Amino acid sequence: MVGVVIVSHSQKVAEGIREMALQMSAPEQKIIAAGGMADGGIGTDAFQVSEAIISANTGDGVAVMVDLGSAVLSTETAFEFLDEDLRAKVQIADAPILEGAISAVVEASLGSALAAVIATAEGARTLNKM
Amino acid sequence: MSGDLYEVISAVGETIIANRQMLTDLDAAIGDGDHGINMARGFEAVKAKLQTLETESDIGKVLKTVGMTLISSVGGAAGPLYGTAFLRAAASSQGKTELDVETIGSMLEAAIAGIKERGKATTGEKTMLDALVPAYEAFQDGAKTGKSVIECLKLACEAAKQGVEFTKTIIATKGRASYLGERSRGHQDPGATSSYIMLKALLEHLRR
Repeated sequence: MVGVVIVSHSQKVAEGIREMALQMSAPEQKIIAAGGMADGGIGTDAFQVSEAIISANTGDGVAVMVDLGSAVLSTETAFEFLDEDLRAKVQIADAPILEGAISAVVEASLGSALAAVIATAEGARTLNKM
Repeated sequence: MSGDLYEVISAVGETIIANRQMLTDLDAAIGDGDHGINMARGFEAVKAKLQTLETESDIGKVLKTVGMTLISSVGGAAGPLYGTAFLRAAASSQGKTELDVETIGSMLEAAIAGIKERGKATTGEKTMLDALVPAYEAFQDGAKTGKSVIECLKLACEAAKQGVEFTKTIIATKGRASYLGERSRGHQDPGATSSYIMLKALLEHLRR
């Protein structure tokens, strides 16, 4: 099952999205929040992200959901700390973080492959609410 | 040299910490107003980590620690950008113990390549590269004509300063400031400014 990592500048945002996504997920689905700095401040930490990716991986790879700006840079930096095997199986979804995470978790929990999980997450960009 | 290296990094860090407010003010004008706070937080963490490296003479090892610490403590985009820059500079100076012209030249080159790759950026986009690339070119020009480390760094600092001035004339196409488009013109880039400040701190420390 593809794991999902949520990278936000805010620990609360990442934890909150995880909590919402868990409601939609299979029991064995890995969803790991990587939000904020170690001191609780606002920001992203590439080491925290790489650890989250490692914990989220059960062998099928990991889809990473990001919020703004440095979340992308920190995640790409985190990729450098992964071993090559895992690096080939991890991808950032270019999607809104909340809607994308929930879409990704639904798809991943069905047992879909990484490419499908990313595609579904990115499909959340065009979800209409009204 | 070992104590010296520790002191060089400390001097660079202290300069960033001392300029916290100025960098933050620059960033507040065109970004999210946290560059100074983030960079100071990063170099405070570096300062704490450096205590364990006071006797380390391998430039690569010291720079690696600086890079790793910035990555995990800065928080904003400058963390992965400067962190990657220091890690690449570390790789290029592994085993070196002397900050000579050749070593500094290759450190700058590697750092710039790292920032370009990480930020998918180039010059003319109102970023730290607008200070660092001209600085590197000026440094190498000096190196080619056999100038000393101090003279090369002086040329680099002058070029970086002009680079910072240049960022006032262009609009941002990278990072948070790019949301402002045309309104980013007239403001100097905080990242280019912090790059210039670090180079200047290096020069001033070595000149002492």
